[in-house]
Amino acid sequence: MLSINGLRASIEGKEILKGINLEVKPGEVHAIMGPNGSGKSTLASVLAGREEYEVTGGNVIFQGKELLELAAEERAAEGIFLAFQYPVEIPGVTTINFLKTAVNEIRKYNGEEPLDAARFLKMVREKAKLVRMNDSLLKRALNEGFSGGEKKRNEIFQMAVLEPKLAILDETDSGLDIDALRIVAEGVNSLRSPERATIVVTHYQRLLDYIVPDFVHVLYKGRIVKSGPKELAFELEEKGYDWIKAEVEAEEVNQ
Amino acid sequence: MSTETIDLKTKLITDFHARESVMNGEARSAFYQKKRAALAQFDELGFPTPKNEEWKYSNVRDLISASYNFNTSDTLSAEDLIDLKMPEQAANILYFVNGHYNAELSKMASSSDQIIIDSLQNAYKKNPELVNSYFDELVKDDNDAFTSLNTAFAHDGVFIHVPDNQTVEHPVILRFVSDARKENIGSQPRNIIAVGKNAHVKIAEAFRTIGEERSFTNVVTEINVGEEAGVEYYKVQNESENAYHIGTTQVRMLDRSHFYAATVTLNGKFTRNNLNIVIDGERCEAHMYGLYFPDGTQHVDNHTVADHRKPNSESNELYKGILRDKSKGVFNGKIFVRPDAQKTNAFQSCKNIVLSPEATMNTKPQLEIYADDVKCSHGTTTGQIDEEALFYMRSRGISKPEAMSLLMFAFCADVVSQIKIDSIREYLENVIAEKLSEK
Ligand SMILES: Nc1ncnc2c1ncn2[C@@H]1O[C@H](COP(=O)(O)OP(=O)(O)OP(=O)(O)O)[C@@H](O)[C@H]1O
Ligand SMILES: [Mg+2]
Repeated sequence: MLSINGLRASIEGKEILKGINLEVKPGEVHAIMGPNGSGKSTLASVLAGREEYEVTGGNVIFQGKELLELAAEERAAEGIFLAFQYPVEIPGVTTINFLKTAVNEIRKYNGEEPLDAARFLKMVREKAKLVRMNDSLLKRALNEGFSGGEKKRNEIFQMAVLEPKLAILDETDSGLDIDALRIVAEGVNSLRSPERATIVVTHYQRLLDYIVPDFVHVLYKGRIVKSGPKELAFELEEKGYDWIKAEVEAEEVNQ
Repeated sequence: MSTETIDLKTKLITDFHARESVMNGEARSAFYQKKRAALAQFDELGFPTPKNEEWKYSNVRDLISASYNFNTSDTLSAEDLIDLKMPEQAANILYFVNGHYNAELSKMASSSDQIIIDSLQNAYKKNPELVNSYFDELVKDDNDAFTSLNTAFAHDGVFIHVPDNQTVEHPVILRFVSDARKENIGSQPRNIIAVGKNAHVKIAEAFRTIGEERSFTNVVTEINVGEEAGVEYYKVQNESENAYHIGTTQVRMLDRSHFYAATVTLNGKFTRNNLNIVIDGERCEAHMYGLYFPDGTQHVDNHTVADHRKPNSESNELYKGILRDKSKGVFNGKIFVRPDAQKTNAFQSCKNIVLSPEATMNTKPQLEIYADDVKCSHGTTTGQIDEEALFYMRSRGISKPEAMSLLMFAFCADVVSQIKIDSIREYLENVIAEKLSEK
């Protein structure tokens, strides 16, 4: 479904991603962990199409298409969804109106008729219930004045509405209380299916108790330096990153 | 000074004297004496140049380099108006063609015991003392050549009087249409609005143009807001690419009154709006909203004054602009807090989105505070579209142009949503949406 090959990207002349390789198959959940500043959000942003980053090498194939050649909105329409680490506040545009525009723009891209207001509302209500998102939040300006947890929940709500093929969750768990964490995880799990895949960026094992990954990867200094089964997350939780850093440094010396 | 400058000025002064020579007794009236004094002032001041601090960024050279016909009679029929797609609603709708009241096109919805609405000319014929008691009273100290010029030539416009304690249900919509199909048209409407104690009314001025020739509108509106009165006043400009517009709205508020203004400039070659509010009462609330959306080489200048003369009142101002292409915007917001005006709250904000590197915006807040116990704040921002917001929206599948238009529509909505006359608000929403989808 997604195949990242030797991806390099930089911002303001500084190389952040230094050759990422990752293969994601339909139905899989991949967790990406790694120390602060290692490039996790950068990778997520590059996949979603943020233009500030300059791709300097490698390629990304998503469902047979050269992903990097598509504009951000085209990637969304092709089925990529990024839950932002820091969701943006958009004054004056209500969540509901924003989502309606998004849904219909995506439908237009895929050659479908726009959803009528009644069907859209019905669908939105169902999804809101799924992530226990308060109706009053939907009518407010998008994320404006939302609490940290409400913003994160809104991300998952949007994901539920847009039903992406590949969801990338960037630290959706940080700032959530235990109950919210469970609700968010339920939302993610309800979308799990053999056709869909998820990439979960997180610092904490606890989210992975709810969203059980098939693979865990460690991103460090712009490269995936270690991959393993879900048990790798336990090991990281226990031992931190120092041992991995040491391994990488030893390798760098050898080269 | 160029020779053209002398031309229009001289022509206007000559015109004034020519009219005077064929007048009879009326030339001795108090009303006419005011006009004469105004002409003398116009003569002395002359058209402003950028050396005049108030006109620093707005050069009228181009405006005064042409000649205009100020003396046309009614030239428009109902059919001519169809293309303007003006919104319908149950309202008192008055048409002014090239500045002259057109009774045939106009219709009234309110009863005359609720509100007196008449053309300035008719009102003056019926009751010269009443009209004269308001005429020029609010603007006589305004040291502005265009205001003086308007006073000197004041002839037609609207006279509105709302008696005490009346709440006028139907709004008053004044439509000023310039017919520039055949020649350059000049018009100088003069509006007088007097709202009695505890009376409430909504009034809109809408400016439109038909035709490709130049139009020059020089409008002055004097608004008296009585004690405890509530007035909503909207000025909407959607004129042609060849429209020059200079306008002054002068307001005086008495105790415990509320005044809301929204000034929306959608289209026009050169626009200068002065909105001056004298808060001459305690516990008043003055709100000023503004929106401008120039493109091409259009120029929009808004000058506002909130003059706090008495204690315990509040003024609140929000102006917003979107500038495209090579357009220019100017905002100058003055707040005066006089020594007596303790416990004044005065807020001002001007926010702009500049969409092209060739567009410019000049903002100048000017606070003069002579009292010590006041709360004042002001802020201006001029920037581009928020890139983070844009990426967020695009990452959800919304195309870049659609995302920009949603963001800009939301930006405008802060001002447009203040407008309480439904048909006008909806009209603005439509025109703005259309303008946003153009590019
Ligand atoms: N716009 C930018 N300008 C300059 N440097 C940037 C920019 N965006 C990211 N970086 C740098 O790129 C590096 C990787 O940042 P990124 O946000 O991808 O890290 P991360 O792995 O997501 O970290 P965290 O766990 O703290 O979220 C950091 O050193 C960061 O400072
Ligand atoms: Mg991050």
